[in-house]
Amino acid sequence: MSRPFVQLQNVNKSYWRDSLEIPVLNDVNLDLPEGEFVALMGPSGSGKTTLLNLIAGIDRPSSGNVIVRGQNVSRLSEGDLARWRSDNIGFVFQFYNLMPVLTAYENVELPLLLTKLSRSERRRQVETALSIVGLADRMKHYPNQLSGGQEQRVAIARAVVTDPVLILADEPTGDLDKVSAQEVMDLLSRLNHEFNKTIIMVTHDPRAAEKAHTQRHLDKGVLNSHESPQAG
Amino acid sequence: MKVLKLVSKNTTRHLLRTLLTILGLAIAVMAFAIIRTSVDAWYAGAEASSPNRLVVTNNISLVFTLPLAYREKIAKVDGVTGLSWAHWFGGTYVDPKNFFAQFAVDHNTYLDLYPEYLIPPQQLATFLSERNAVIVGRQLADRFGWSLGDPITLTGTIYPGQWEFVIRGIYTGAEETTDESQWFMRFDYLDERMRAEMPPRAGQVGSFIVQIADPSRAAQMSATIDSLFVNSLAETKTQTEESFQLSFVAMASSIVTGLRIVSIMVIGIILLVLANTMAMTARERVSEYALMKTLGFRPIHILGLIFGESLFIAGVGGVLGIGLAFPVKWLLETNVGGFFPVFTIEAITLMLGIVASLAVGLVAAVFPALKAVKTPIVDGLRIIE
Repeated sequence: MSRPFVQLQNVNKSYWRDSLEIPVLNDVNLDLPEGEFVALMGPSGSGKTTLLNLIAGIDRPSSGNVIVRGQNVSRLSEGDLARWRSDNIGFVFQFYNLMPVLTAYENVELPLLLTKLSRSERRRQVETALSIVGLADRMKHYPNQLSGGQEQRVAIARAVVTDPVLILADEPTGDLDKVSAQEVMDLLSRLNHEFNKTIIMVTHDPRAAEKAHTQRHLDKGVLNSHESPQAG
Repeated sequence: MKVLKLVSKNTTRHLLRTLLTILGLAIAVMAFAIIRTSVDAWYAGAEASSPNRLVVTNNISLVFTLPLAYREKIAKVDGVTGLSWAHWFGGTYVDPKNFFAQFAVDHNTYLDLYPEYLIPPQQLATFLSERNAVIVGRQLADRFGWSLGDPITLTGTIYPGQWEFVIRGIYTGAEETTDESQWFMRFDYLDERMRAEMPPRAGQVGSFIVQIADPSRAAQMSATIDSLFVNSLAETKTQTEESFQLSFVAMASSIVTGLRIVSIMVIGIILLVLANTMAMTARERVSEYALMKTLGFRPIHILGLIFGESLFIAGVGGVLGIGLAFPVKWLLETNVGGFFPVFTIEAITLMLGIVASLAVGLVAAVFPALKAVKTPIVDGLRIIE
């Protein structure tokens, strides 16, 4: 049996408020194969975003291991973790998190500034990413000149421009109307099917979750051990 | 280069705030430069003084005179190579507000002791031959629009009456620190009229200027000169020209100290202005820094962004402030030129202005930068503008 692409081993996470320990994740175990598209669901405060943050390497577990492509993320230093994130992770946020002073082109180019690519190579990749999300004609627009759906598609272009192995999406349709949400979900599905991107998506939206291969449910920090397979 | 692009984008994000901050910095740096220049102006006389000259005044106070007859004894002191004398005249020109330094000097010897006053030989010859001739500095001539041959009437305040003169010479300074705002009239012109109108005031001088060959003997020679007149009606106080000039600064020491304190406070104000801007900036962008860290940007990049922006604003403000200092200096020179004969913005002042701006730029960014770097990504991402 091949090694899981994403593996969580006995992961616990607690926050401290003064001397009060607030447990968020409780002994979470998860194995995901490459090319998987999984929807993490659960009520507010169940620990979905925290779980996503741990996999993304922007937070550390209190105990346990987070292993992505054989790399134990929880043991990397801050500097190595930053490099690892830029090489491996594409992140999509609920509120897009675009830089307001940068154009769509510049926002998508941002992660590439950390690479050694030449200006022309960066341009080629940015244009490709914006074409994939259908915004090649909006390159020079600033975020405040775009609709919410378009902003999220720019954010997705930014997430894929470095060709990461793993895309993490935190409620990507949470701030969108129905039509825009459908467009974004179609886009994520396409990235999964056509480009074989492994996607972990946190969502409250059952319609969005239907696009995933499987659904996993979190409740009070405990991950449901049974997968809910989707028709695809 | 990549960070610079982001810095330039961020700097213009709130253009009005950035411009106001730059303007605030510019005004503060300009004030700093002008205040420092004012302090320097107090010391200009001392800086321009010669180590080869001693000044002999009345031991009680500068306002008391010395008998001209002292010159015989002083001239005989071993090491004296030249001697002259000067007397404060204290007249006003047209309007009592028109105040400037006027000295009645011994026309035969005085200018020989001051080679830094450059006078064309023909003008000097005329000064020596005409009793009511005066030589004025270029700055003073420009101030009142005087030129050679102009008849000038001064109203005496110490020596009452109307005094008629003719401008016969205009001197320029050999050095940048040379005072070009003085008026030199002939002592014999004053003394003769005193003999006729107020005999007790004739034959009195304000100070003797003694030229010495060896500056290292200044203290010993000063003591020797003073010992000649111990227990006389007018005991003397002999000191180097530099000490004499510094005694004027000492009279206004509290003003000078106050100016120095204000110049330091100005730097503090700049710091507060910029620190406030940078704190607001960093607070507004917490989520953006968190995003950048999520994308893989490291603390050094975030520090570069914040310090870069702060240094850019401080640098532009500093340069603009230095630029503003020159027209303000010109305005001050035009209006209070008589008070500060030498009012020059020194290169060191310009450098200090720029260095202070950049130092303020660095310090103002320290806390916002540390906060941005230390804020955990997950905390930063929770903040939505």
